[in-house]
Amino acid sequence: MTEELFNILKSQFESVEIKEGKNYPEFYIPASELTTFCKFLKDDDRFSFDFLFNLTAVDWIEYFNLVYHLESTKNNKCIVVKSKVEGRDNVSIDTVSMLWPAAEFFEREVFDLFGINFNNHPDMRRLFLEENWNGHPLRKDYIDEINIIER
Amino acid sequence: MTEEIKEILFTEHEEYMINMGPQHPSTHGVLRFEVFLKGEVVTRLVPHCGYIHRGIEKMCEKDTYPQIIHLTDRMDYFSAHMNNEAVCLCVENALQVEVPERVKYIRTILAELGRLASHQLWWCAFGMDLGALTTFFYGLRDREKILDIFEESFGSRLLHSFITPGGLMHDVHPNFQNRIKEFIKYFRKKLPEYDQLLTGNIIFQNRTKGIGQLSKEDAIAYGITGPSGRGSGFSCDIRKKYPYSAYPYVQFEEKLSEVGDTFSRYKLRIDEMWESMKIIEQLVDNIPEGDYTAKMKAVLRLPEGEYFQKVETARGELGVYIVSDGNKYPYRIKFRTPNFSNLFIMNKLASGGKIADLVAISGSLDLIIPDIDR
Repeated sequence: MTEELFNILKSQFESVEIKEGKNYPEFYIPASELTTFCKFLKDDDRFSFDFLFNLTAVDWIEYFNLVYHLESTKNNKCIVVKSKVEGRDNVSIDTVSMLWPAAEFFEREVFDLFGINFNNHPDMRRLFLEENWNGHPLRKDYIDEINIIER
Repeated sequence: MTEEIKEILFTEHEEYMINMGPQHPSTHGVLRFEVFLKGEVVTRLVPHCGYIHRGIEKMCEKDTYPQIIHLTDRMDYFSAHMNNEAVCLCVENALQVEVPERVKYIRTILAELGRLASHQLWWCAFGMDLGALTTFFYGLRDREKILDIFEESFGSRLLHSFITPGGLMHDVHPNFQNRIKEFIKYFRKKLPEYDQLLTGNIIFQNRTKGIGQLSKEDAIAYGITGPSGRGSGFSCDIRKKYPYSAYPYVQFEEKLSEVGDTFSRYKLRIDEMWESMKIIEQLVDNIPEGDYTAKMKAVLRLPEGEYFQKVETARGELGVYIVSDGNKYPYRIKFRTPNFSNLFIMNKLASGGKIADLVAISGSLDLIIPDIDR
């Protein structure tokens, strides 16, 4: 992506931070502005990131990083959008499933395995595990004495 | 929606629910569809997965990178080699290792052989789902020949784990090239039989044409990749878009179809088999001599950072996302599996159609359940 487009984003969203990643450019955006930022990336003709190919979370113990991998099928460009949510209990962030329907199921998976709630999500249920499962396995502090053997 | 179906939908019938699965033969694994019906028309469909969730991503957090390769086989077991390759490429890119040319050629040949075997099995199972049992025997007859090549070179038929970061576990069998050339010669004669048996069959065409219409916009929005996405005109072939291994050296076509129904997804996979054979033919005679592996350290530690690698498996785009904190284990690994996204279009495709078409639609998406659950 050209320098010019970086500047457009910077002028539209003051709080966005841009970093050159190992594979794709990375955009850090506060959780409160996530949906407006994503909407801009998707609807603006210069970007048109219409294909969300991956959505996941990373547990950094003090906070969670939400990672959105986007691709523009028109320009063949990929970027990463990242957002930070803090806390351990009642963690929540806005959903992006109204922009990319694919996100609906990625978000259900993140809810299941990380325990991050997505506000305004149409169907916020566990995806893989049973409804009465205790805890969220992909968190770093998840304890399962029977199945996890510490080496 | 025809008038007839509208009449059924909006008149006297009450909505009721039936369960398809978890042990239904056409789901090829353990998957349950909650199907809501009015008469015999599907109003909506809720997929329930997780019956074979093994927590592969959690297990990987305690495994070294060469160990992870063996777990990826178990996701999409018909694309076992491509899954291995995704992790290997990601690790190699992170360590900036240049693998020998010989390895690139062999990996690409294996990937295409795997794609052929996978499409053959899909073809015979798809015919069987729709009641044409004969296809099953024809498909397996030819698939067996590919599995024999695999077995001769690396001892296992389905889950290879043959490659490792940096190259291959060991060199291929001396017969490798000849066996492949023999097979391609044989299969070029046999593939037209597939068309004669099933593609031209009028009952088969009536059951697939115009069923499960998927538009290009929906394919992109839902992230439908692989032959299912290309059947709707979504150009998503990673081999063309972001070439890896030996794909930059070969000439092949990315098959696209604008129709987007079940039949176009079917036809596309048949066309892809021809393209795969083309790729193998271009490579098999030119495998360079040399080492089968690059020089690697005994313990692989990825530099701190985040890495992403895309690979085209038989079913679509597989992404491997590794977050490393500099340790010999990944801090977090995520597999973006093609079937995960492909499954959730089912509600959109099946709603408004008859329940008898459900099997045709789910068959044409070529779902592998362990790949969804991971």
